[in-house]
Amino acid sequence: MNILDDYSGPALKISGLNKVYDNGFEALKGIDLEVKQGDFFALLGPNGAGKSTTLGIVSGLVNKTSGSVSVYGRDIEGDWYDAKRLLAVVPQEFNFNQFEKVQDIVITQAGYYGIPTKLAKERTEKYLKALDIWDKRDVPSRMLSGGMKRRLMIARALVHNPKLLILDEPTAGVDIELRISMWEYLVKLNKEEGTTIILTTHYLEEAESLCENIAIINQGDIVKNTSMKALLQELHKQTLVVDLAEPCAKRPELTELQPVWMDDSCFEVDVEKGTAINELFDVFNKEGLSISGIRPKSNRLETLFVNTVRS
Amino acid sequence: MNGFLSTYWIAFNTILVKEVRRFMRIWQQPLLPPAITMTLYFIIFGNLIGSRIGEMSGLNYMSFIMPGLIMMSVINNAYSNVSSSFFSNKFQRSVEELLVAPVPNSVILWGYVFGGVTRGILTGVIVTIVALFFTDVSVFNFWVLTSVILLSSILFSLGGFINALYANKFDDVSIIPTFVLTPLSYLGGVFFSTDLLPAAWQVVAQFNPILYMVNGFRYGMLGVSDVSLVACYSILIGTIIVLYAYSMWLLKRGKGIRQ
Repeated sequence: MNILDDYSGPALKISGLNKVYDNGFEALKGIDLEVKQGDFFALLGPNGAGKSTTLGIVSGLVNKTSGSVSVYGRDIEGDWYDAKRLLAVVPQEFNFNQFEKVQDIVITQAGYYGIPTKLAKERTEKYLKALDIWDKRDVPSRMLSGGMKRRLMIARALVHNPKLLILDEPTAGVDIELRISMWEYLVKLNKEEGTTIILTTHYLEEAESLCENIAIINQGDIVKNTSMKALLQELHKQTLVVDLAEPCAKRPELTELQPVWMDDSCFEVDVEKGTAINELFDVFNKEGLSISGIRPKSNRLETLFVNTVRS
Repeated sequence: MNGFLSTYWIAFNTILVKEVRRFMRIWQQPLLPPAITMTLYFIIFGNLIGSRIGEMSGLNYMSFIMPGLIMMSVINNAYSNVSSSFFSNKFQRSVEELLVAPVPNSVILWGYVFGGVTRGILTGVIVTIVALFFTDVSVFNFWVLTSVILLSSILFSLGGFINALYANKFDDVSIIPTFVLTPLSYLGGVFFSTDLLPAAWQVVAQFNPILYMVNGFRYGMLGVSDVSLVACYSILIGTIIVLYAYSMWLLKRGKGIRQ
C-alpha cells in the first residue's frame, strides 16, 4: 500500500520555524510556508536570507530551535522515517565522496534507503542514463566536470523515488545547454510523475519560467508567498527592448520615454503597465526611427525581487 | 516493523561494504605498513634483543610479545579506520548522504564500528601470518581469543568515531593515536610483564585499559595473563557501553555533523 494513498494535504508544511545559531544569530524568525502537492515552487532570497537554513532543517542537516515541519503530513521528528523516505535534497555544494565511482555513489545512496542491491543497480542505470552520465559510471567522481557532478547529485537524489525534491541552486556554474536539458528533465519529472519540486536559484528567469508559486525570504522572514502570476502582476512597469532596422548616427533624445541605449541600434524603455504600444510607435515615427523588432525584457521577476528585498 | 528492520539491515550492510571498499581501494596504506612494522618488531625486539632477554612469564620472549603485537595492530587499525573515514566524510560533506536518509543513529554508528572491526581483524590476521615466520602460533582458548579481539576492536572503533565527531581538521584525528594510543600500547604490557614494574607503577598500570586487552588476548593464545579474565571482560564491556552511550548522545546532538 502506498503511504500517501489517503493524503491530500500539502507536500511541505512549515509552521513557526525558528532557528537561532550558537553564535546568537537568528536565521529564521518563525516562518510559515506551505507547498502544495505537485507544485514547482521557487524559494528565493538574497545570500544569507535563510533559504539554506530552511532547506537544511527540512532535510535534517540543521537542528531547528522551534516550530514544526512536515513532509506529506509526516512530521520530520515524530515520523522521521516516512518523512525522509518521501524527501530528497540536491544541495548547493558537492557532497559526495570524490574518490568513489559514479555508480557506487548512487548505489550506496539507494542502500541507505533500504533498496536491495539488484533494484538499486537498475535504478542507478535508469537515472544515470536519464541524466546522460551513464558512460561515466566507472569514473571516480572527482574526474567529472562541474555540470556532470550536478547531474550526479540529481541522479543520487532520485534513486529512492522521492515525492518531494528540493534543489538548492542546482544550476550554479552550469553552462546554458546543460541547464536547459536539466530543466527539461525536471519539468518532465514534475508533470509526468507528479514529483513536487522546490527550487532555489539566483537565475531568476529560471524561476519565472519554471515555477508556479513563489516565496521570497529575506532576513529570516517570508516577505512574499504567492503565485508567480499574481506576483508578476504587481509590476507597474515593464521594460521593452527596441531594435532599430539600421543603426542611427545620432541617438534621438526621446525625452518622454527616457531610453537606455545598449548600442546605436538597440535601446530599452520602461513603460507603464497598460500603455498602448501604438503610442510608442507614434513617438518613434515622429523621430524617424525604423523599428525592426520590439520585445519585453525577461527580467520582470528580477525587478520584483529587488524591489521586495529592498523594501 | 519488518520494513524498518529490513531497511536498517540493508543500510547497515551498505555502510559496512562502503567502508571495506574504501580501505581495500587503498589497501597499501592500511594493510601493508602493519605487516612491515610488525616484521621489524619481530626481528628487532623478538629475535635480536629477545634472545638476550630470555624468558618472560615462562615463555620465550618472541612468543610473549606476539599476542601484544597482534593486539596493537588490531586496535590501532580499528581506531584509525573509523576516525579517518568518518572525518573524511565530514570533511567532504558526504556524511550528509547518510543524514538525509532514513537511517537511525545506531545503524550509522554500528556500520562505521564494524567497518573498523573488519579492518582491525583483517590486520590482525595479516600480522599473525607474519608472526608464523618467526614463532609458533598457538590457540589456548579460541572463545577468549576471538571475543577479546572482537570486543577490543569494537571499543577502539567507538573511540575513533568519537574522535572523528570532535575533529575539525585532519591533524585532530592523529593526535589521539600519537599521544594516547601509542604510549598506552607500549605501557600496556605488550613487551613486558607488569610483574617487572615497581609496585607503585603496577598500580598505575591497572588503569591502562590496553593492559587488559593485551593480557586477555595473551591468555587466549598462550594461557598466561597478568590480569584476571573477569577484570578483562568487565573493563572491555563496561568501556564499550560508556563509549556507545556517549557516541549516541553526540550523534543525537549532531556534534560536528549538524548545525
